[in-house]
Amino acid sequence: MTPTLQIFLIISAALFAIGLLAALSRHHAIFILIGIEMMLAAANLNFIAFWRFGPQAPQPVGVMIAIFSIAIAAAEWTVGLAMVIAVYRHFRTTNVDQLNQLKG
Amino acid sequence: MSIIACILVAIFTLAAALAAATLQKLMHAALCFAATFIGIAAFFFLLGAEFVGLVQVFVYIGAVAVLIVFTILLTRRDVDRDRGFKWSGVIVATAVFGGLIWAILNTHPLLIAPPPVQPLTVKQIGNALMTNYVWPLLCVGVLLTAALIGSLILVMEEKR
Repeated sequence: MTPTLQIFLIISAALFAIGLLAALSRHHAIFILIGIEMMLAAANLNFIAFWRFGPQAPQPVGVMIAIFSIAIAAAEWTVGLAMVIAVYRHFRTTNVDQLNQLKG
Repeated sequence: MSIIACILVAIFTLAAALAAATLQKLMHAALCFAATFIGIAAFFFLLGAEFVGLVQVFVYIGAVAVLIVFTILLTRRDVDRDRGFKWSGVIVATAVFGGLIWAILNTHPLLIAPPPVQPLTVKQIGNALMTNYVWPLLCVGVLLTAALIGSLILVMEEKR
């Protein structure tokens, strides 16, 4: 018995929900980034699963999208962590509840 | 691709992701994040996309996990614990999960069984990257360079 597409979709939905939970309920800025990254990984898993279970195209489109998505996520991490360090230098905290200087 | 391996990897990945989302010690949560991405790479291997799995391991466990640990150590002066938990996040996440599951189970599946596995070679990926995808590849190169320079400018010490 081999797994079907639906199993992978359910797994990636669960991963997306856990990432959303981390992004919404954490106080630390780095872990909000980690939650966003889990949601992105769930999307990558969906791309690969649809590529595997869909009709075979002459070029591996799903794999290409996943590779580019990983590269863009790497760029996002460099800028995100640099922003966390810059914010920490300015406010001396990484707790997002205390970063309320722009709050109206 | 057997269903037992798939379920075992799924349990490992989701448990590590839940630990990364809820553990209070920041360093333990960061290591659980690395374990989550090992599980996702295992999924890519199971699905026949070995190249993407290896890229995932190199980028996330090799570079991003180390960057996260360094950033936690650099910014750890007041807390190394994340206290308090917002329960509204749990409610929203559960609602989104329920909606996604409802949508998935109410959709007719595309195919019952996967088509016969044609191995995807690195040569195929390289050919695709150098022909149809050469313009996105150059754009990603420019984006990575710009992100690198931007992050260096962001963390540069201001001279007074």
